[in-house]
Amino acid sequence: MTVKEFATTLGLKNWTPDLDLDVPITGGYAGDMLSWVMGKAVAGSAWMTIMSNQNVVAVALMTDVACVVLTEGVEPDAALVTQANGRGVPLFTSDLSTYELSAWLGTALAAQ
Amino acid sequence: MEKIHLHYEVDGDNFMAAGEASCDMKRVLKQLGFDSETIRRASICMYEGEINMVIHADGGTADVYVETSRIEIVLTDSGPGIEDVSQAMQRGFSTATQSIRELGFGAGMGLPNMEQYSDWMDVSSEVGVGTTVTVRIALGETA
Ligand SMILES: Nc1ncnc2c1ncn2[C@@H]1O[C@H](COP(=O)(O)OP(=O)(O)OP(=O)(O)O)[C@@H](O)[C@H]1O
Ligand SMILES: [Mg+2]
Repeated sequence: MTVKEFATTLGLKNWTPDLDLDVPITGGYAGDMLSWVMGKAVAGSAWMTIMSNQNVVAVALMTDVACVVLTEGVEPDAALVTQANGRGVPLFTSDLSTYELSAWLGTALAAQ
Repeated sequence: MEKIHLHYEVDGDNFMAAGEASCDMKRVLKQLGFDSETIRRASICMYEGEINMVIHADGGTADVYVETSRIEIVLTDSGPGIEDVSQAMQRGFSTATQSIRELGFGAGMGLPNMEQYSDWMDVSSEVGVGTTVTVRIALGETA
């Protein structure tokens, strides 16, 4: 599955429309404490979080995750949107819960 | 391969925008053509060290030495120092304030991550003088 397919199927709001979204998603990670994400998120994952400040971009870059999804209706800080676009990290938001998004992704990846 | 040295001054006054040095190091390592897992490991170590200097030590310097056999990252600050290094190395130990925790830091996982993702790590610290954290990542035949 690509980031584009994930975002389109679940109706995620895209905050980085100029970025290439034909990037494969090969796993997922859900979490908000940045050093846990840093230590545990596997490259190629979709990262689900409620953290909305710009440090999210650096963590996403360092871990090579495929995209970031702010869940539960959380809105990104303006600086996060700027950083995500500037550094090329696909950023989405959704009203779905972290659990709903993770469960859907897990099922979809298992069915591949 | 020629030895490469990258030097960064890490500001202490803006932890919202921290990670500049790590992002730049990652860009350079990519240009040098290292494999993605090596770059990922070095980047995680660098970011955790950079952010620790910003949050706990009011900034410092980061030096990256790329050699044939390894990447060495040296993070030096003149912050408050660490009283008990072995305690600081434990998963979950943190002195981060509430306002820093609200940004997602303060899980007490930064130093343990550096240990996990490096091949060698040293923390030397003196209270009231500062802290130097050094990590090394060994390079295989791919480099
Ligand atoms: N450069 C430093 N100067 C002074 N103290 C430090 C420094 N780096 C780490 N420490 C101390 O060691 C503790 C543990 O560091 P560690 O990086 O593991 O966790 P943290 O920074 O508190 O949280 P996290 O990294 O999970 O966001 C810190 O809370 C702090 O007390
Ligand atoms: Mg830390």
